[in-house]
Amino acid sequence: MLGLSLGTLAAVAWRAEGASTLGPADWAAVRFTLTQALLSAALSVTLAVPVARALARRRFPGRGLLITLLGAPFLLPVIVAVLGLLAVFGRSGLISQALAPLGLGPIDIYGLRGVVLAHVFFNLPLATRLILQGWLAIPAERFRLAASLGFTAHDVARRLEWPMLRSVLPGAFLVIFLICMTSFAVALTLGGGPRATTVELAIYQAFRFEFDLGRAALLALIQFALCAGAAALAFAVAVPGGFGAGLDRPLARWDAGGVWLRVLDGMWIALAALFLLVPLAMIVARGLAGVTDLPPSVWQAAGRSLAVALGSAALTLALALPIALAAVRLGGPRGAALQAAGLMAIAASPLVMGTGLFILLFPLADPVALALPLTALVNAAMSLPFALRALTPAMAEAEAGFGRLADSLGLRGAVRLRLVLLPRLRRPIGFTLGLSAALSMGDLGVIALFADPGQATLPLQLYRLMAAYRMEAAAGAALLLLALSLGLFWIFDRGGRVNAQA
Amino acid sequence: MRLPIIAAGILCATTAVAETPVLTVYTYDSFVSDWGPGPKIEAAFEAVCGCDLRLVAAGDGAALLARLRLEGARTEADVVLGLDTNLTAAAAETGLFAPHGIEPPALDLPVAWDDTTFLPYDWGHFAFVYDKTRLPEPPDSFEALIAAEGLKIVIQDPRSSTPGLGLLMWVKAAHGDRAPEIWAGLAPRILTVTKGWSEAYGMFLQGEADMVLSYTTSPAYHLIAEGDDSKAAAGFAEGHYLQVEVAGRVASSDQPELAQDFLRFMLSDAFQSVIPTTNWMYPAVTPEAGLPEGFQTLFRPETSLLLPADRAAAVRDAALAEWRDALSR
Amino acid sequence: MLRLERLEIVQGAFRLSADLAIETGRIIALLGPSGAGKSTLLDVIAGFLPPTSGRVLWNDADLAPLAPGARPLSMLFQDNNLFPHLSAAQNVGLGLRPDLRLSADQRRAVDLALARVGLEGLGARKPAELSGGQRSRVALARMLLRGRPLMLLDEPFAALGPALKAEMLGLVADLARETGATVLLVTHDPADAGAIADETVLVADGIAHPPRPTRALLADPPAALSAYLG
Repeated sequence: MLGLSLGTLAAVAWRAEGASTLGPADWAAVRFTLTQALLSAALSVTLAVPVARALARRRFPGRGLLITLLGAPFLLPVIVAVLGLLAVFGRSGLISQALAPLGLGPIDIYGLRGVVLAHVFFNLPLATRLILQGWLAIPAERFRLAASLGFTAHDVARRLEWPMLRSVLPGAFLVIFLICMTSFAVALTLGGGPRATTVELAIYQAFRFEFDLGRAALLALIQFALCAGAAALAFAVAVPGGFGAGLDRPLARWDAGGVWLRVLDGMWIALAALFLLVPLAMIVARGLAGVTDLPPSVWQAAGRSLAVALGSAALTLALALPIALAAVRLGGPRGAALQAAGLMAIAASPLVMGTGLFILLFPLADPVALALPLTALVNAAMSLPFALRALTPAMAEAEAGFGRLADSLGLRGAVRLRLVLLPRLRRPIGFTLGLSAALSMGDLGVIALFADPGQATLPLQLYRLMAAYRMEAAAGAALLLLALSLGLFWIFDRGGRVNAQA
Repeated sequence: MRLPIIAAGILCATTAVAETPVLTVYTYDSFVSDWGPGPKIEAAFEAVCGCDLRLVAAGDGAALLARLRLEGARTEADVVLGLDTNLTAAAAETGLFAPHGIEPPALDLPVAWDDTTFLPYDWGHFAFVYDKTRLPEPPDSFEALIAAEGLKIVIQDPRSSTPGLGLLMWVKAAHGDRAPEIWAGLAPRILTVTKGWSEAYGMFLQGEADMVLSYTTSPAYHLIAEGDDSKAAAGFAEGHYLQVEVAGRVASSDQPELAQDFLRFMLSDAFQSVIPTTNWMYPAVTPEAGLPEGFQTLFRPETSLLLPADRAAAVRDAALAEWRDALSR
Repeated sequence: MLRLERLEIVQGAFRLSADLAIETGRIIALLGPSGAGKSTLLDVIAGFLPPTSGRVLWNDADLAPLAPGARPLSMLFQDNNLFPHLSAAQNVGLGLRPDLRLSADQRRAVDLALARVGLEGLGARKPAELSGGQRSRVALARMLLRGRPLMLLDEPFAALGPALKAEMLGLVADLARETGATVLLVTHDPADAGAIADETVLVADGIAHPPRPTRALLADPPAALSAYLG
């Protein structure tokens, strides 16, 4: 995985002619990138805590559906999500329209606030899911014990939830920070202009505007170093939860009965749902007109994307399980370093990764012929950090709770994986498969760098429709993409949760 | 017993394929899409050339050139189609292109063409597109745009987008040393800068901005394909910057004659008549049947601005710095 | 015969030494105050913890190179003896084949073992659907089925009531006699030792003393034991 991220970078640097230096504009890009990524990650995680808590202790009809739908912004191609967001928060969006009769508005979101708003829109669901996983990983027995001791919600927060958050939050923060670090189109579009130049855009400029591969590699290296620093910090802050194992009793909560708490939780859930689902509803509404007569090539592209998504999901799991296992086995700083290495793929610039792959492969094989497998591979690398976030803690809990028993029974290797770890990890595995498949489905990825006309994936076809002025058909394709991504996510995620209560 | 027969069949098939020469053309992505010129042009050329035309897409014009530079002389490309005059200087400098060696037919370009390496296949003017129902009186110059309080435009980033770079050159060609001043004046009008054309145009259609940087030919799509005549391009007194899209043949090609055939075909009616309603640009040679219905209604700038390729390359970095400084404040 | 040969276990300030032998087929109680190192000693024998020095020998063979699962022993922990996501029968079946690919005969053997511990017909239940005593019985059934000559029990019945605990200890003693297994039972309750243990190893003051007949030991406790008994 490091090979994929650092190796491609090295390939680009190797192909460069002569060394390069960075100008003041590049440093401004570094500063802006850090600022927006820190703000976006902090806000996403902060807001996700009450939402995840509300979702963890409330049961209501449609809760599962809501949790799935909340994941949608994260899975959408940037362009679709941004247009959906603008349909609500833009100058002619719903809010501006509602304010107009009052003589107010239109509201102006362009600038740092727009960048942060968009990044929160993209990443709040992810943060919520990661934190919710943490909540679900606290065995039901602990809550039962807390109830028997007469814990109030406040006591539960202090004794159970805060230690869990200490172990989960740094990782969630880090993942979102890394995503925002490599953001480019979102930052630029909602940042309102070149003020919002991120390092990734500077890489883009160095590569395609100046064809200065040395500078592109140098900028990519800086982006990488910043991410690695952030990762080191996050792992230093994280404290393992150590909740031990339970007997898989259905989770019931006794500490959340108060009316005030119900109202509070309800409010958080409603706010998050509104914030995330209204832009989605706009995307759906726009797409309905176009989805009925999509050209056959869009359906073919959808089929290709499905194949890539499934391949990518399988690949992600094949990569993530051994890394998570090794990280748990090694433990301590070495295990953390291994986890961090797995996270680093996300810090790699997609452009540099694609270009590096191209440089490496071009002398050996036709990159165009390998476009689809390469897309699956790069998508898997991009999904790996999320997979590790979800799998490693659960793996650690499973090993802590049942490792000795498995040892004493001589359960090793594939058998241990099949009988002990996989069943204990069903939820995070379902989540990982669903997320990686859906992410791959919506990612434009390296396919845009070397595609044959006949190899277009659905996101690429969507961009092509837009580039051909066919905005209505593009909206239809976006709806199809949304439905397929969510469908994939739901099926896998659901598969991980069925019977998980028995 | 059937196995040898099948094997023989495969053998015949492969020899048959091997005898058909393959012409590889690198181009930008929207050219090869189902809605671009690619499919029709592939069919039309293959009908006459006795060859297999292989279109390979790589992002946009700038990505295309970067791809070619990465591959160098080992590239499989025989022809590169889709560079514009902002890129031809850098492209020629790579030494990867051979002179076209063709006597072109009379070209219907707003400017004279004497490049011996690259041949144009279509052209258009950059312009701000607006909606007549929402903006009855559009500004008629950059000065007027600066003065139009409350008006918002969306433009593209010159570092990642062809029209974005076109606007940079437009302001430079029209206002020269006053360019920084113009950009400073435009800054409050610019709602935002997007990565590519699609984002900006999508935002405009969604009503997010009053005008969007696009082409004078953009309204033709709405008129011809959608029967919607509400979109128009605002004419600017300074004149409009011209984009000429060109193709050239690659020096290392193993099919030099076929490549020349393709360049000749490119300027023939079969190719040129496809351009207006697929690429939504003006063909370099007006087809015998004339331009499609609707193109006559388009705004035609009286003055075409175009920096020569070498000059465009020379002023580019300074113009970009001016742009960034003015808009970053 | 199990021999602990000049065994030293050092963990920070904690020290425990043992140099003793246990005859095959005996039921031995490890008795001593909390924190004396009874469970640690069991962990060393089971292979979860390497000794600082000394050897653990079974029938004169050094166990050091063997992983926990490969040692000629079965162990019951204080808790988490069953996988919650597997049924009782599957949990027992693990004792025969860790990959659970059981033949018809083996499946019959699982049913017999369950029947032997009094859980006939409950094989399909998950641990959460069983009572505490029943869960202990499932673990014992697996131990029975594994047929390892050495059984290590680390206070597995501490959570059960006195009557139930006595019943379980009785079951352990019966199973051990039926199979000829050697049993090491960690307990802090002299009554447990008195109930089933032929001999008792006193673990106190950093030393695991050689085994002595339980009745004699309890009747005439040495200083360390009488301090613990109070």
